[in-house]
Amino acid sequence: MAIARARIKSVGAAQSPLLGAAMFTPAVLYILLLVAGPFSLAFLYAFSDARIGNTEMHYVGLENFRSILKSPSFRMAIRNSFIFTICSQIVVIVGANILAIALEKTFRGRGFIRFLILLPWVAPIALGAIGWKWILDSIYSVISWVLVALHFYKPFNAPMWLGEPHLAIASVLLVHSWRLMPFSTVLLLAGRTAIPKDIPEAAAVDGAGFWRTQFQIIIPMMRPILSVAVLFGLIFTFTDMTVVYILTAGGPFDSTQTLPSLAFAMGIQGSDLAAGAAISLFLVPLLIIIAYFMLRVAHRAEVN
Amino acid sequence: MAVVETRSLTKVFKEGELGAVNSVNLETREGEFLVFLGPSGSGKTTLLRMIAGLETPTSGEILIGGRVVNDLSPRDRRIAMVFQSYALYPHLSVYKNIAFPLKAQKVKKDLHKQKVEWAASLLGIGALLDRKPRELSGGERQRVALARAIVREPAVFLLDEPLSNLDAKLRASAREELERFHRRVGTTTIYVTHDQVEAMAMGDRVLVLNKGVVHQLGTPTEVYDNPADTFVATFLGSPPMNLAELSDVIVGFRPEHFRPVSSVNGEAVAFRFKVENIEYLGSEWIVSGTPASGKLGGQKVFSRLNSAQDLSLGGTYDFAVPQCELKFFDRSTEKRVEPKVVSWQ
Amino acid sequence: MWGKVVHVLVITVFTVLLAFPFYWMVITSFKQNVDLYTMENNPFVFNAKPTLDHLKFLFTETRFVRWLANTTFVGIVVVAITLVLAVPAAYSLARLSGRWGERLGIAIFLTYLVPQTLLFIPLSRVVAYLGLQDSLWALILVYPSFTVPFSIWLLMGFFKSIPKELEDAAMVDGLTRFGAFAKMVIPISTSGILTVVIFTFTLVTQEFVYALTFISSESNQMIGTGIPIFLVRGDVYYWGALMAACLIASLPIAFLYNLFLDRFIAGFTVGAVK
Repeated sequence: MAIARARIKSVGAAQSPLLGAAMFTPAVLYILLLVAGPFSLAFLYAFSDARIGNTEMHYVGLENFRSILKSPSFRMAIRNSFIFTICSQIVVIVGANILAIALEKTFRGRGFIRFLILLPWVAPIALGAIGWKWILDSIYSVISWVLVALHFYKPFNAPMWLGEPHLAIASVLLVHSWRLMPFSTVLLLAGRTAIPKDIPEAAAVDGAGFWRTQFQIIIPMMRPILSVAVLFGLIFTFTDMTVVYILTAGGPFDSTQTLPSLAFAMGIQGSDLAAGAAISLFLVPLLIIIAYFMLRVAHRAEVN
Repeated sequence: MAVVETRSLTKVFKEGELGAVNSVNLETREGEFLVFLGPSGSGKTTLLRMIAGLETPTSGEILIGGRVVNDLSPRDRRIAMVFQSYALYPHLSVYKNIAFPLKAQKVKKDLHKQKVEWAASLLGIGALLDRKPRELSGGERQRVALARAIVREPAVFLLDEPLSNLDAKLRASAREELERFHRRVGTTTIYVTHDQVEAMAMGDRVLVLNKGVVHQLGTPTEVYDNPADTFVATFLGSPPMNLAELSDVIVGFRPEHFRPVSSVNGEAVAFRFKVENIEYLGSEWIVSGTPASGKLGGQKVFSRLNSAQDLSLGGTYDFAVPQCELKFFDRSTEKRVEPKVVSWQ
Repeated sequence: MWGKVVHVLVITVFTVLLAFPFYWMVITSFKQNVDLYTMENNPFVFNAKPTLDHLKFLFTETRFVRWLANTTFVGIVVVAITLVLAVPAAYSLARLSGRWGERLGIAIFLTYLVPQTLLFIPLSRVVAYLGLQDSLWALILVYPSFTVPFSIWLLMGFFKSIPKELEDAAMVDGLTRFGAFAKMVIPISTSGILTVVIFTFTLVTQEFVYALTFISSESNQMIGTGIPIFLVRGDVYYWGALMAACLIASLPIAFLYNLFLDRFIAGFTVGAVK
């Protein structure tokens, strides 16, 4: 009996490598075809003169890069991409840490509060952004109404939130931060709840007050999850075009254009696939850096 | 003046429910090793955590060094605590772990090195100072936790089951080390455990708790030989004290006092004893069975013997308990009462 | 005492800031136009009677229902494709291939980080080449490229938490390796698979770039693109209907996502939280 069982098992094990490969190959092929394929095409187009409606294309060397590097909208886009990404991350990390501390305690109605707080992240961002577009409307903005009611501005004289370059940049920043805050908060909250209760208690007995416990014990212990939150946050903001497209469509005067929104404007709306591809390739260096750090976090988590 | 004192200390977690700790009065003696002993849920850890300031009492007072500390945060109580998990800070080196309380209490920076090295050498971990906690064995972690506790020279040590994470072999040596450590520093220590062996071996005094109520406070000999009630009598000792209900009292006797009649001197109570199970434990034998007649008839009774080679399973023998080893408890309160004359037949 | 005040304050401020746009959607959806577009009116309250006109308009005069149907259709097909591809792949990477499987798993996860905004230009040409312009099938073809990697990653963690002994026992009792997977692992993984279903569906509803690039006609829009683009006629914004549409489309997704939140988080933490 024992021998028979052993044989069955060894037959199963011998089949494993083939069966295993058969089980993951379709998925891997799909991903290769639809991610790696277009990814390489993007490089190909960037060195060509591909246009929508024209099936022919020719190698043009660095011509696309030369012309976009000269264009002021591109420089604006690259500057904005970094401003939006970095500033919103700072706002989000500070806010999310504070909010995560507050949500760590149990209190009545916490589940409902969590639902409300999560809305910006879980609702489709295109729809959230329209909500903001209405709140920031040039005439009927509720923010303007409040400011007028508080006598900061005269009626009909309130600022055009999406119509003036600086305010438009601030608005896009605000919406990005608003969108990412819940995501970072729940990640940090998960990181906090994973810390054994003993640790902050030991710190309290050892004489540490609230701030010391947070800054010298809890937050350093959460470093891996904090990095994950920041890395995802950077990617989501840096590669997003939805917020800009809906709020300002890059305007006024390209002042809120980002790399992805400019790539869309040139590549799809302007039919210049080659230029669009070249612009979007500027996303790649940062993506590689982020992927590297992401791997390091995953590797460390595996080691410990 | 006692180092730690509690007055009618009570903790109720949920209103309307029974307290986790009920009106505990307690005074430590200078430099003693006091053990809180009880099963899980007895309130021993809650009591310790209230003394540490990690749990707010529902009512009653806690005094440390003669001062009411109810409203003081843990950091202001001059206590040190070793947690069950040791709660070492995983991202800090051993050195930084030990130095953390000094930093937190704003001890002058130039004293840190000297104090850390003193604490580390006291526990023999001078060579581990650069390691991270995850690179240490269980025993080493415990020593780091102790070093972190001793470094600020607290008025009292609070230890919450510090040995329960170690395997059996390591536990014995860690216990010995803890005792040596305590003798050396002489700081008043409160130690929480559910393990009666630890309590008996280490405690100068033992506080036996159950369901939030103090059942007895005494030296290990007192609580073992003179249990205050049936709970203490059965919680301590393995196998526990044999108890028998006789008219209006409960009579108890330890298994080691229940032995063949030939080895019992003086006035004694004798039974016919039917042997139903024999366990050989190396240095001793545990024999269980039922008295064949009288009021104890049919009730399971344990005997602990140095040798049971003359006994065989199923046999019936004459056993006896010396009269002076009988303990009497009130049947309704289960509290200890004066010896009485009772009828066994 | 102070701690409590600060706590309540922090929670209140953040909740108001984060949830305000959705509160505003509710208010706007039920206000009459005269009320909405009179600047003297206090916008926080109903100055005229609440109305259902915007909802009526949304459901009768626009293609909103069609967009909902499109989104549901694409969502269901993409969920099916994702499950067929991701479940076996995740299982084999979690179980059969050891360390190598782990690495491949991480590589697949990294492809999730490749953004739509990098791929939409070449993909637009692929879609055109396949003759799928302005067709929902373009989306069905492309969406699994980001739902599959993350689903594999989520499910790998899930399968690893199932004790191997269970399959060993099944195989000892006479099932094949694949039989053990199909008859033992899948049934006890229903909650993990459900998580993937929900997550895939929400990703489909949240997607914007591909839908914007590949779909052009009004009747083929998804909710994410149809609402912002086609509920605006020229320069005229139907704010009442817009806000109602946003609300109706957002809330169910938010609700579903919330139910499975802890599992999604586990997927995002990359093992940084144990």
